[in-house]
Amino acid sequence: MRMSKIVRFSADMLFGAILIFGFYIIMHGHLTPGGGFQGGAVVATGAALVIVAYSYEEVLGMIKKAGLMLQESAGLVMFAGVALIAIGLGTTFFFNFLANSGSLFGMSVPYGPNSGELNTAGVLPLMNIAVGIEVWGGLAIVILYMLSGISKAEEV
Amino acid sequence: MIETIIHVLVIAGLVVSAILVFYFRDLLAAALASGLFSFLISLEFYILQAPDVAVSQAGIGAGLTTAIFILAIRSTKRYEEDV
Repeated sequence: MRMSKIVRFSADMLFGAILIFGFYIIMHGHLTPGGGFQGGAVVATGAALVIVAYSYEEVLGMIKKAGLMLQESAGLVMFAGVALIAIGLGTTFFFNFLANSGSLFGMSVPYGPNSGELNTAGVLPLMNIAVGIEVWGGLAIVILYMLSGISKAEEV
Repeated sequence: MIETIIHVLVIAGLVVSAILVFYFRDLLAAALASGLFSFLISLEFYILQAPDVAVSQAGIGAGLTTAIFILAIRSTKRYEEDV
């Protein structure tokens, strides 16, 4: 069972915009309100829109359950891995070893009120990206399992 | 002044949408009214200067919860019956 053509077309049109907005919230997590969890929830809302609009078989052609599980695990491994690299460098767990280093996200914060330099804050953007990937996969797979139970109920 | 007017309008909309959820016999309309309630409460969070909570409320409350309700209504009956 699928929804009408109007619903499917609207979901297709809105999916890209919601995805871009979610990535914007994730990437600006250390500068503006929001962060990994909020951005991941927004991206998962875009995925839920497509899942609601199409039938279960069509959704399985677009999204794989194993892919979403892999994505959730990859986010967790990235989060713990970045925290463990700090131990490998001889500092404490979760130490911000990239801040003010001049490399990736390593710029010093300029003086004054929030100037919105994206290339600052060290490992915090990496943590936000990890949490965003994980929440995206986790919340999308919750909706997908809800739909899979429903498709079995429709057959009976 | 205009801030107070917007605040009162949002709270009135909250009360109206909550009453609509109670009175709709069409469950799909009730789920959408519940989504409207979540959206208005996210606006209320923004007015009360908690934009962080507002973003997560708009994503989880208005987006994912409504999607789960709509999926549940698709597999069961759309109209509420008298018992």
